[in-house]
This record gives sequence, C-alpha cells and structure tokens, in this order.
Amino acid sequence: MTARAVLLPYGDTALIVELADLGQVLALHEAVTERRQGGGVLGLLDVVPAARTLLLVADTPADLPRLRDHVGALLRAWQPPEPGAPIPSDGPTVRIPVRYNGPDLADVAGLTGLSPAEVVEAHTGQPWTVGFGGFAPGFSYLVGGDPRLEVPRRAEPRTRVPAGAVGLAGPFSGIYPRSSPGGWQVIGETDVVLWDVDRDPPALLQPGASVQFVDATTSGGVP
Amino acid sequence: MNLHAELEVLETGPLALLEDLGRPGLAAQGVGRSGAADRGSFLLGARLLGQGPAHAAVEATYGGLSVRARGSVTVVLTGAPGPATVDDRPAPHAAPFLLRGGQVLRIGQPTTGLRTYLSVRGGFAVAPVLGSRSTDTLSGIGPAPLKPGDVLPVEPPVGEPTVDVAPVADPTEGVVVLRALLGHRDHWLADPPALERQTWTVSLHSDRVGLRLDGDPLERHPDRTGAELPSEGLVRGAVQVPPGGQPVLFLADHPVTGGYPVVAVVLEADVDRAAQAVPGQQVRFRLQRR
Repeated sequence: MTARAVLLPYGDTALIVELADLGQVLALHEAVTERRQGGGVLGLLDVVPAARTLLLVADTPADLPRLRDHVGALLRAWQPPEPGAPIPSDGPTVRIPVRYNGPDLADVAGLTGLSPAEVVEAHTGQPWTVGFGGFAPGFSYLVGGDPRLEVPRRAEPRTRVPAGAVGLAGPFSGIYPRSSPGGWQVIGETDVVLWDVDRDPPALLQPGASVQFVDATTSGGVP
Repeated sequence: MNLHAELEVLETGPLALLEDLGRPGLAAQGVGRSGAADRGSFLLGARLLGQGPAHAAVEATYGGLSVRARGSVTVVLTGAPGPATVDDRPAPHAAPFLLRGGQVLRIGQPTTGLRTYLSVRGGFAVAPVLGSRSTDTLSGIGPAPLKPGDVLPVEPPVGEPTVDVAPVADPTEGVVVLRALLGHRDHWLADPPALERQTWTVSLHSDRVGLRLDGDPLERHPDRTGAELPSEGLVRGAVQVPPGGQPVLFLADHPVTGGYPVVAVVLEADVDRAAQAVPGQQVRFRLQRR
C-alpha cells in the first residue's frame, strides 16, 4: 500500500507536499528537479526538502496557480517509493575521519546499552546517506545509519557546539558546519570543512551522497 | 580603478546592512534567501534611479546612518521616511538627488516605519557571496554589517533616473493590518482564528529573522500538546507558534526550516509592511478565505 502525497497550499506564494517519509521526499525532490530541467515546472523559485515534506516556493503569487497545476500533474503520474523503503544513495561516497572523543559519547553508550567502542563501531559500521539540510548552511541530516544509535536530543541544549562536532539525534547523525548552539548528542569531532562559500557547491554533503565515517584514531587518517 | 565615487560610513545607527533581492534557490543547501526586508521599498529605490534590482542598497534600521560622499553620486532614500539632511539642509524622500563630493548625508530616526533604504546610482562595488550582496543575519553569509570607517565604492552609473519623485504611502503609525491565509498546520492550535481576534504588540526582540508578537498566547490543540512536528520548510510571512504561544512572523532572514506549527501565512503583498513595524507598534491579522 502506498500512501498518497497530499498537496497543500502554503500562503499565496508556496505549496507544501506532505509525504509518508524522507525516502518519498527525496524521490519527489529528484522528480521535480528533473521535470524542471526539462521545462515542465515553471515559476518555481526554491525547493525545501525536509523530513516528511517538500516545500515549493513560486516566483510570485501570480505564478502559484501554474506551479500548482504543474506539480499536481507531476504528482498524478508519479510512482512514489514504498514508505519505509531504504533511502537509495546515488552520489559519491564522502569519507569523514572522526576523533570519537565527544562529551556525550558515554551518555549515548548509556542510552543505547552499547559500550563506547560499540557506539563507534555502529557509527562507522555502515554508510549514512545525506537526507536534507536546513538547520544551517552546510548542515545535513544523515539517515540510514545503524538503528541502535537512535537517541533523544540532550535535555539541555548546549549554548555552544564547536564546528566539526559529530552528533546524533533521533534517527539522524549530523556534523555542525560552524560553531552554534545545539542539542544533539556530540560523540566526536572532525576537521573536514562542511561549508565553504568559495567552493561550488559550498556544501560538502549533497543530498543523496553516501557518508562513511572513519575512526581517525585507529585508521591513521588524521591524528 | 574605474570607480566613480565612494561613500564613507561615518555612523551606522543601530544596524546598517547591504541588501538586495537575496539569494533564492539555495534552500536545499541550508541557505535562506535573505535580501531587503522591505522589498517594495528597495525596488522603488532602484526604479527611481533608472536601474535594475541587481545593485544592493544600504538598509538602515531606525535611522542613525550618516555617510560622506567622495566624488559626486546620485542617491535616493526610500522606505521609512525621517528627517534626512545633506550638510544640515533637508534631503528629499523617494526622490533622487545629487550628493556632491564632501557632502554628508544623515538619516534621522524615522517618523514612521523602521527601515530606510539608501540606493546609489551605479550600485556599490562590493563582491557578491553566492550571487547576492545581501547580509543574512541568521547564517552570517554576505558582507559584514557596516561600521564607521567603512568605504563603499560606487560603480560608474548606467541608465538615467527616470522619475523625479514617487508618490508612495508612508508606513502607518497606527495599527499594521496584515492579510493572511490560515496555514496548513492550523489544526495544531486550539483556536486558529484567535489570531485575528486580538491586537498584537511587536516585541523588542524582533529583528530581520522575524517579528515577535506579544499578546494572549495561542494555545495548542489538546490532541497536539507536547507533540513534536518534524521540521518543515518555512516561507517569509509564515506565522509560527512556538510552545509558549507567542507567534513569530518570519521576515527576510528566516530559517530555512522550522519545527513549530505555522498557524497562518501573511500575503506576499503585505509582508513588506510587517517589515516596517516598529517595536511597540500594534499588529492585527485579517484572515482571508481562499
């Protein structure tokens, strides 16, 4: 059984599509991007993928009816992936060396019932997939990791999490591109630069890319 | 250097930023559009100078900006009107004028509204970041906020000013009335139309990210109390209701996504007026039927 995508109005300049899960969001984002490149979606200014929704922003309110027609037509013909299907990774693999010395490593071990070493093994044991961004430039919600690592956010967010901090929250892992307040459970740190406005594209992790975390202390990658 | 003139920043007031129409299309990278908070006033400045919207203007928040010209340059002030002077003589609003080399333009506190735009003929020769000269105060992308001593080079002009003066309505001193459509998450609130049944007050904590509104809290629907909404995309004009019940009306530098329900979305045509609301000013919403 496939849940239907629901197209909802969002003010007078945008539409939001409600979907069953992130896999459908990413598939629809790709379908919209392809159709747009072929000239089949007009008046579209920006697209915002999130956990269960895809927001489509029109150039102006006058462009909204046409955009709604084009997206409606696309949705009627669209074959969404089954809800719960694993998220396909179609991009390159990005290797991220991590020093697993984060302040919440022991708490994550306690919450998951794993030892700290097993947390590191689980985090590095299988590749993650870049889901969506949004929290800050260059930040990506990574999905498809070891389900044993699902932990709640910290009860008290930190006022400052350093750039390069590697964290866990809910089913996601993520890396802070720059120092900011944050509530994720920080298990390690990396020197990889996630965001650089002089790079094209500036974000290192693009949706669909595969991310392989590597234990820098044992791999000899980074001291 | 083929530069025509420069503006030297003497004072900035509370906040003076370079802004243009922002950098749309990068939301999937986590980058918001940003750009002028009152786009209509920004565009009017460009139009009065006979040039396109590609050039950035200075967005002065609550006056206090003064600049000295090095070389002569045609400028125009739009947005919030106030007592502007050139060497202590009154300067016009929404009408281009020549600022001669050595003259000092001062923009006083607005009589109504919050944000005044200073546009220059030729535009500022400042390097764009990701296709825009806008400062995004949330992400830190774009030029640094202006500070005394900064020198803004001005490009040689193309095109001619076409209009002497524009008859534009000043921002209201009274209650700012904003038309809005109910949002797709209104069912997360106990009584969404309560948004339009009271007069809200613009909080001092408002900024380019959003207008924070004080009033009787909008309560969550009992079925949704304590529930978490997965983060979803936001637009300029979205009225989000955090657990405390005091709404936030998002402006130019809003986050790309947010995790609280959007009760309503202000019509695109009315968001500029919201961006001119001053802390302490009153706001009412008028919900439109689709």
